[in-house]
Amino acid sequence: MSEETVARPGETRSFGQRLRETDLAGIAPFVALALLMVLGYVVNENFLSVNNLLNVATRCSFIAIIAVGATFVISAGGLDLSVGSMTAFVAGIMILFMNGGYMADGVGLVAVAILVAIGTGALSGLLNGTVTTLGRIEPFIVTLGTMAIFRSVTVWLADGGSIAISSSTMRSYLRPIYTGEILGLPVPVWIILAVGLVGAFVLYKTPFGRHVLAVGSNEEVARYSGVSVSRVRALTYVIQGVCVAIAVVVYVPRLGASTTTTGLLWELQAITAVVIGGTALRGGVGRIWGSICGAFMLEIVGNIMVLSNFVSEYLIGAVQGAIIIVAMLMQRSLMRKG
Amino acid sequence: MARDAISEESMPVLEARGLAKSFGPVEVLSDIDLALYPGEVHAIIGENGAGKSTLMKLMAGHLAPSRGSISLEGETLRFSGPVDAEKRGIVLVHQEILLAPHRTVAQNIFLGRELKRGFLTRDGEMNRLAAAALSDLGAEIDPRAVVASLSIAKRQLVQIARALQVPHKAVIFDEPTAALTPFETEALLKVIRDLRDRGIAVLYISHRLPEVGAIADRVTVLRDGRRVTTRSAEGLEPVEMARLMVGRDVSQLYPERHVRAGREMLLSVENFEVPGLAANISFTLHRGEILGFAGLIGAGRTELMEGIVGLRPSHGTLRIKDRPTRFSSADQSMKAGIVYLSEDRKGKGLLLDKTLATNLTLATLSRFTRGPMVDGRRENAALDKAFTDFDIRARRRSLLAGQLSGGNQQKLLLAKMMLADPKIVIIDEPTRGIDIGTKEQIYRFIAELAEAGKGVIVVSSEMQELIGICERIIVMRGGRMAGEVTGEAMTEDEIVMRATGVESVEEIEGAMHA
Repeated sequence: MSEETVARPGETRSFGQRLRETDLAGIAPFVALALLMVLGYVVNENFLSVNNLLNVATRCSFIAIIAVGATFVISAGGLDLSVGSMTAFVAGIMILFMNGGYMADGVGLVAVAILVAIGTGALSGLLNGTVTTLGRIEPFIVTLGTMAIFRSVTVWLADGGSIAISSSTMRSYLRPIYTGEILGLPVPVWIILAVGLVGAFVLYKTPFGRHVLAVGSNEEVARYSGVSVSRVRALTYVIQGVCVAIAVVVYVPRLGASTTTTGLLWELQAITAVVIGGTALRGGVGRIWGSICGAFMLEIVGNIMVLSNFVSEYLIGAVQGAIIIVAMLMQRSLMRKG
Repeated sequence: MARDAISEESMPVLEARGLAKSFGPVEVLSDIDLALYPGEVHAIIGENGAGKSTLMKLMAGHLAPSRGSISLEGETLRFSGPVDAEKRGIVLVHQEILLAPHRTVAQNIFLGRELKRGFLTRDGEMNRLAAAALSDLGAEIDPRAVVASLSIAKRQLVQIARALQVPHKAVIFDEPTAALTPFETEALLKVIRDLRDRGIAVLYISHRLPEVGAIADRVTVLRDGRRVTTRSAEGLEPVEMARLMVGRDVSQLYPERHVRAGREMLLSVENFEVPGLAANISFTLHRGEILGFAGLIGAGRTELMEGIVGLRPSHGTLRIKDRPTRFSSADQSMKAGIVYLSEDRKGKGLLLDKTLATNLTLATLSRFTRGPMVDGRRENAALDKAFTDFDIRARRRSLLAGQLSGGNQQKLLLAKMMLADPKIVIIDEPTRGIDIGTKEQIYRFIAELAEAGKGVIVVSSEMQELIGICERIIVMRGGRMAGEVTGEAMTEDEIVMRATGVESVEEIEGAMHA
């Protein structure tokens, strides 16, 4: 066996070795993003304008933020299909709270409403997490069920229609969260960066993050090592719920309502963003910035479709569906080579 | 005697000249000369990684050589693949059982070469032929039985019967006894002797040296991909074989038995039960003691230990230093000072796709933090210490656990669990899949743990190893304690008698054929 020499610090390795160790799956999404940018520029010169790119970044913020949460769930070996419906539900609760007029002070009310949204999101995630772990049911089934429950309860709360913010002063208080700018960057972009930074810190730097990846890599090894697998799994769903709530806080100011189409197919987009970002669906590997990059790519694809006339923009769902399938195929071939 | 029939003049069935195989830049096998004569059993021995499997795969056409040639009955040729080799009469019996578990014995024997009349399979004829083939091997197995219902030994026989269905001149056995009990092994060796007596050439790969001594006419020793020697098996003692394999003296495989330390009781188990798997278990473990658990596969030893450390639900009384206790997770038992090292290193012990440092600290991560963060520097320091303390040999620190050899994986797992600073260490199959040089080290680590005042429980299917390192051995059968042996009574016969519940060898052989 050739491995029988002990490693020394400061060892030198050949370029070939380094190249082989280079994490192809980790770089691939950013290469793909660069290629998409070139394609976008070829289609329409305005595509690469700062304005257009910031626009795209702002519009992808909901999916990017949710995808950060989904990265936790998926890298722990789980899956959450309920994020789209949960968005509609949390948005509905947040708006109903604001419409309730429990407080006179506008800014204070917005702050409390945000806390209510985040609490609702965390509890919704906790529901997914506890049913999956304590009930020992496949997350696919659990979140398929809660997807229907969140959607249906929202429709019921809305009495079949939509839940809109009733006061126009409230709307004006909220609007800057979506349309505002700080240091030239739109607020939603700042929020993406903040969520990404916190997410990356938790996943890569803390013992909890290490446990998330261990559980996703091999649940049995984690259990035999004294890791509380259920607790770790359940917490990833809570993180997902909080991320959904943060996305809602950015979303509500934009539309001012929760409607029957709020969050529709967002689970597809969030999971696609995570997968094309290089996170393995079987768990054990999580790439926060890859997921954010994935969400950005999905929005760019939509943007290119609008700017060009190749494909009808009504087919955007079909294109996104195709992307996730192609991404899985590519991921598999990269793994084989690795 | 068949070995007298081999003369220098007779033509080898299968001959390798200067055979070499490289994978990428690494040459795993170099310049192997090997001649296999009709009517001989030729054993290939060597440590894990010595190149045994590669050599065998070359000889059976599973791999193509990078250099050198293979000739069959004097004619140099190149196999296009295993099917080609099989057509020319070279048959490989795999180490793993490669049968469809839910199909019958006869269906498996004829899988892929079913006898047909028109579109229909001739089940009756195939059953008859399968029964005949099995009885040729001395086995009474119903050809209509579903494979999943058979013992491992019988499945092995079915697999051999399947391999021998094609006309054969040379049969290659790859560690055929790895999963067999001593008596099943004896029955298989008889089958191999019958093959030899019919003039078939047998290539026998194994790391169980006493068995090689019992069956082989000639022995070829491989070390680091090279042939060390080929010699007659007559008078070649296992100790000498081990020395040739390792390249140094290993007569002292087991460490000196340590002096009995103070007999303070560490763990007492009373009337313990793991529902459906183990029941009525009572024993005690003292400071400085190495207690063995012997038994057949499926006797409930592993499950009992998993119950004790809280990895399975259990009832009964558990006392650590006279304090009654009960665990519902490995976390709790670890905090109480008990660690369990799983027999399933790859499935339950280590994260194969993670780095060495990540694996090392996984069970004790809370001790490697600075504020809310994992402290990479302390982790690296711990890894350096583990490299030295446990002699873990890794080409690079950045390797993944799955890239280590079995022995180094076991050392890493040991290092990982010792970070929890346990008082009681339970090691399940400590040397499974580990080469003999590393085995010696592992035994020394175990002895050192006991000398340091820890209580050690060793679960093993290798009886020699338990006899070599333990002070007491508890034998389990069918989830119960079937007895305890100490001192002079620690012999293979005494253990097997208790493990199988039968009094004599004849009775066991009778039971096997029933």
